[in-house]
Amino acid sequence: MSLAAEVGPAGPTPARQPARSRSRRSRRTALLLLAPGALWLLVFFALPTVQLAATSLYDPSGSLETGYALTFHWQNYLDVLAVYRDQFLRSFLYAGIATVLALLLGYPLAYAIAFKSGRWKNLMLVLVIAPFFTSFLLRTLAWQAILADNGFVVDSLKAVGLVPTDGRLLATPVAVVTGLTYNFLPFMTLPLYASLEKIDHRLVEAAHDLYSSAFTAFRKVTLPLSMPGLVAGTLLTFIPAAGDYINAELLGTPKEYMIGNVIQSSFLVRLDFPQAAALSFLLMIAILVLVMAYVRRAGTEELV
Amino acid sequence: MATTVAPQPEVRQAPPRAGARPPAGHRLGRWVSDHLLLGAGILVLGYLFLPIGYVVLLSFNQPESRQDYEFNTFTLANWRSPCRPDGLCESLVTSLEIGFLATVGSTMLGTLMAFALVRHGFRGRSTANLLIFLPMATPEVVMGSSLLALFVAAGYGGVLGFWTILIAHVMFCMSFVVVTVKARLAGLDSRLEQAAMDLYATEWQTFRRITLPLVLPGIIAASLLAFSLSFDDFIVTNFNAGRTVTFPVFVWSAAQRGIPPHVNVIGTLMFVVAFSVVVAGELRRRRSR
Repeated sequence: MSLAAEVGPAGPTPARQPARSRSRRSRRTALLLLAPGALWLLVFFALPTVQLAATSLYDPSGSLETGYALTFHWQNYLDVLAVYRDQFLRSFLYAGIATVLALLLGYPLAYAIAFKSGRWKNLMLVLVIAPFFTSFLLRTLAWQAILADNGFVVDSLKAVGLVPTDGRLLATPVAVVTGLTYNFLPFMTLPLYASLEKIDHRLVEAAHDLYSSAFTAFRKVTLPLSMPGLVAGTLLTFIPAAGDYINAELLGTPKEYMIGNVIQSSFLVRLDFPQAAALSFLLMIAILVLVMAYVRRAGTEELV
Repeated sequence: MATTVAPQPEVRQAPPRAGARPPAGHRLGRWVSDHLLLGAGILVLGYLFLPIGYVVLLSFNQPESRQDYEFNTFTLANWRSPCRPDGLCESLVTSLEIGFLATVGSTMLGTLMAFALVRHGFRGRSTANLLIFLPMATPEVVMGSSLLALFVAAGYGGVLGFWTILIAHVMFCMSFVVVTVKARLAGLDSRLEQAAMDLYATEWQTFRRITLPLVLPGIIAASLLAFSLSFDDFIVTNFNAGRTVTFPVFVWSAAQRGIPPHVNVIGTLMFVVAFSVVVAGELRRRRSR
């Protein structure tokens, strides 16, 4: 059980009011405890974000050698949107599909572990996190081998006619989405499990006693109670998937490139910092807006 | 936990009616939900394991050419000399060093923050929570690139390497440490500490003898999580690595040229070691209960 707590975001923590007489000392201790970590996050997380925004407004005529001038060149944003709109849309499309697939796979798995696994529960939980035990890149490379043109997956899909005889899986959108779904499935499963595991089974029994069918009981009792896990799981899947470039690079072709691929190559290969920063900042804003809209709709704000 | 014989007791708890047998539809539904769901879960686990199986399999492979991913000939040669490809084991050592230091750093900073957030009320607490939450909600590509933008703007573009990777790793591991330790701390019964104080323990003694041992499992879990996050990170590292090569960076650049099978040997070893650590921990936990 502690396994789920390790990875998923924890539930709300009850605020504890300290005794009033000690409150001033308590506040000072709190600041002392908080300061080193908070400073680290301010300098190496918040400040870089500000710098990213500034870089995105640099005059693009500069270069790394000559330096850039901050001229509030908003045109950078219009430029990158014009050129890389497809990669943007593709990122959100692929990440969205992968999130839905991960939910369809992860929910039954989490449900089975929470309610049907009996004494195999801990073993199954360890198996869910086992993919983390070996490298993310190696697992994605393994998918290259699994989906290879003459591998058994393609052969058997050809045999049943799901893939045309001259068709392939590797280097297609299918391969990229498969990889994304695979890589983030544990992030979907663990929060779902943590939510499902907490459900008081008597509530479901009460629904049955009131003559609800199994499906209705699931729809009206189990599913709503698992919403916090569902929201956390979809976020933990969607956010990294939308920014990922490893799956598109290793399992796709430039035709499947996502926005992450463009950001990476703009920063590290083309060294076009202003454009790269504009893309990166746009991605962050887009994800924040989507996440906030989603969380508001789902009505769970207990994420921290 | 061992005594759960799941289906029967629930059926018996149904309201007793004269000659009551649950309707056939319900029995079928229950059988389906019991077996089908477990089966589906096991299938999904199979999907999770398929690539790991491939990593193990490919570690025994002797590829015909560099870009060849098919299983050709069984060989033990890769296992006899896992360090054969240039730079592979050096990259592994670099990753272990960074992983160790990042774990120590992020666990210390994160644990302190967790204590502050759970144990003390202060103004700015929700801002602090937000600051901790945001790195977890930001795509790695954004974090990595903004750090790079900062290092370059500050004139450190030339010294990217070990230390900049370490700074980045401590940053993104910290949030996960805070969340994990916080969860443990919040579930802790504060009356135990009050009892210690009532028995004239000083604050320090209470912390050493009561609080710390109770929170320790959370801290250990957090540090294991931090290590695995740091050790396996590629995206943030790639932006801030300069010429330093960690294991994931090695794999990435090898993948462009055709990957040597020895990398899969390391991957398999990593899996075995991590799996043993987790299983051993679980067994110990069970025995101490």
